[in-house]
Amino acid sequence: MNSPIPPKIDRRLAIKWMLAVSAGAVMARSPVLGAPGLSGAPGVPEPEPAHGYGTDPNMVTPSKPGEYWPLTFTEAQRRQAAVLSDLVIPPEGANPSASAVGVVDFLDEWVSAPYQQNLSDRKVVLDGMAWLDEESVRRFGRSFAESSEAERASLAEEMSRSPKAEPEPDTSQAFFRLFRDLVGSGYFTTPVGMKDLGYVGNVPLATFDGPPTELVAKLGLVDEVKW
Amino acid sequence: MPLIEPGSAAKDYDVIVIGSGAAGGQTAYTLTMEGARVLMLEAGRNYDPRTESPMFQTPDTAPLRGAGTDEKYFGYFDATVGGGWSVPGEPYTNASTEKNRRFKWWRSRMLGGRTNHWGRIALRNGPYDFKPRSRDGLGFDWPISYDDVAPYYDKVEMLIGVYGTNEGLENTPNSPDGVLLPPPRARIGELLARQRGRTVGVPVIAAHRAVLSRPLDSERLPAKLHPGNPKAQRILAEDMRNRAACFWATDCGRGCAIRANYQSTTVHLPAALATGNLDIITQAMVREVTVDAAGKATGVTFIDKLTGAERHAAARVVVLGAGACESVRILLNSRSGLFPNGLANSSGLVGKYIMDTVGAGWGGQIPLLESLPAHNEDGAGGGHVYAPWWLYKEQRAGKLGFARGYHVEFGTGKTMPQGLIKFGPNADGNTSYGKRLREEARRYYGSFVSFTGRGEMIPNEDSYCEIDPKTVDKWGIPVLRFNWKWSEHEYRQVAHMQRTFADWLAAMGCTSTKMPDPDGRKAIEPGGSIIHEVGGAIMGAKASSSVTNSWSQTWDVPNLFVADGAVFASNADKNPTLTIMALAWRTADRILDQMRKGNL
Repeated sequence: MNSPIPPKIDRRLAIKWMLAVSAGAVMARSPVLGAPGLSGAPGVPEPEPAHGYGTDPNMVTPSKPGEYWPLTFTEAQRRQAAVLSDLVIPPEGANPSASAVGVVDFLDEWVSAPYQQNLSDRKVVLDGMAWLDEESVRRFGRSFAESSEAERASLAEEMSRSPKAEPEPDTSQAFFRLFRDLVGSGYFTTPVGMKDLGYVGNVPLATFDGPPTELVAKLGLVDEVKW
Repeated sequence: MPLIEPGSAAKDYDVIVIGSGAAGGQTAYTLTMEGARVLMLEAGRNYDPRTESPMFQTPDTAPLRGAGTDEKYFGYFDATVGGGWSVPGEPYTNASTEKNRRFKWWRSRMLGGRTNHWGRIALRNGPYDFKPRSRDGLGFDWPISYDDVAPYYDKVEMLIGVYGTNEGLENTPNSPDGVLLPPPRARIGELLARQRGRTVGVPVIAAHRAVLSRPLDSERLPAKLHPGNPKAQRILAEDMRNRAACFWATDCGRGCAIRANYQSTTVHLPAALATGNLDIITQAMVREVTVDAAGKATGVTFIDKLTGAERHAAARVVVLGAGACESVRILLNSRSGLFPNGLANSSGLVGKYIMDTVGAGWGGQIPLLESLPAHNEDGAGGGHVYAPWWLYKEQRAGKLGFARGYHVEFGTGKTMPQGLIKFGPNADGNTSYGKRLREEARRYYGSFVSFTGRGEMIPNEDSYCEIDPKTVDKWGIPVLRFNWKWSEHEYRQVAHMQRTFADWLAAMGCTSTKMPDPDGRKAIEPGGSIIHEVGGAIMGAKASSSVTNSWSQTWDVPNLFVADGAVFASNADKNPTLTIMALAWRTADRILDQMRKGNL
């Protein structure tokens, strides 16, 4: 009944967009993705996680970046992060830019957090940001934040190219991929960003009516609705 | 009453219940509603979902946008308190360094235990699931049959509220009329998976989940659950009226402030406390069960975590409901002259045959689901549909190469974005940003479908836990050391899952080139990671080959019972929680009966 794995399709069609959103939904219900705790020596307990917010934070009261661990961006880093964030998500119509919805605070919080993932991301992000300023000075004689829009755009365009497109792996491209993911995460998890995406849940309803009738019909799924 | 200080335990309890989750909660509920005096000991802190559940909080009010971390693996808003893959100060160890020979142990330290965060998937074991050895010669038969447990499945479903339908599929039992609540309508991705599932031969039906899709019938149900007991009926009727129906928002894993889903703290404990028969001591870490010279259990010794003081509580009967491995740990640490190898361990089988669920998953992007009009897909805070195991005939014919089945759970829809989103490369392989990022995010958001397989593991000699001779926790209590091994049955089952998911996604129009790993050894989730740990004190027909009898009563100590998943003699693909509760109710009924007859 089950055929072997289908043959490979053109790699360029691979689209991993937003997979984490989908996977995150599953993970909230079941531990699907890779988990820590598999590397210890025999008979030796796993090291306990670094202490950040602990295992019993107050989830009901809103928290702010800096509440559980100190933020570490310098003023210059904050300026650069804001400029680069707004290149990743500029304003569009009524939608504000990334820096306008607190994304710089989120970036600072992310790279300052004590957890393993954050420590490794910190190195990529801070090294990348330092490289970006050096490169900007080398090419244009001024820091990234002080360079012109066209100059910044040319650097962003280079960094956005696929790492695989280059003969040598370019760390600036890996940096930009991570920085973009962080900015996108910081943006689309705010009420403004969620609205932009088309997430209209998180409101109490008297009934759950399922998908719109016309959508069900359009996808040819009318017969599937009946249990 | 009800939450008492460690030093103020009464002297005349009928029963001590260790643990407050599915097993402890159900046991305490049944006992106290029928008039027994119960002391419950919980190793974690008090927890009230009515005030502590972050119901509508958005990720921008959470650290790291709610991303999962080493301290909150399932995300900041996950209800788990005081635990996770590690509990501060309470380690465990593994005997091996090999990936597939290690066990991961999820624990919480809170009233209600792991019921506060579970997926609320509430499936009955079927008739085959109690007699697996008779069918294929592997593992063990239970000393009880589906018919023994069915009345208790009915009771638990009526008490906690489970939505779903009766489809009459093989080994997928129906509930009696009037027991299940109506399921919510399927989401668009679930409908598509249902339609295209047919082309790969997979049936998709309504999920069974412990969520109130409508209020419970407080007029009818209490009399069915507690016949001839007006006090219990009155308490339950009032408590059912205090549980709201689901308002179709916020993930169940956050806990439920309106008590629309089942967690021990929303269903069992409020009613049990209302009887006046339940005392609870929290922050009480049980070290051992104590026995008298005749070998009868006299009570338990526990550490008051707030002061570090050791205390003792006494009762006529002791029930272990600490979670399978924690209950095993207590038994093995209860050594005495009479029981040098740990309590109830004359068979030498305490700790043996621990099982988890076999897990693997795969997902993909579905072009048909791109750019759909915005509509609310939150629903019941979890899946609305699932696929029960469907290849019984092929398996009987020996066509599959593995012995036991799996069911499939889905993730679909426009769920609330949270944590780190990996957008991946765009169609050109580059990193989109600017206007294109927004456009692609809108287009692809909600167009992903993921399948997770949940399969049956066969118990084996190499999967067990024991006391680590070298390591103790911060209370000085020896910790568990785990040994783990999968068999070819599990690896082949996972490979089958992955092939099925790839075919199914292709049938839904998925064009992703990334294929799941066909090697079950690589694709299988680590032991313990599905958090369905059962076994370790299995029930059986003989004292020499099991730890408890068919009533979950230990063979060696007649007034000591095991109410949690430790007694499972097999671990069907069905998620264990409903069965844990059904067995706990049955065990509590037995305890009441034997106490009335003067046998306990």
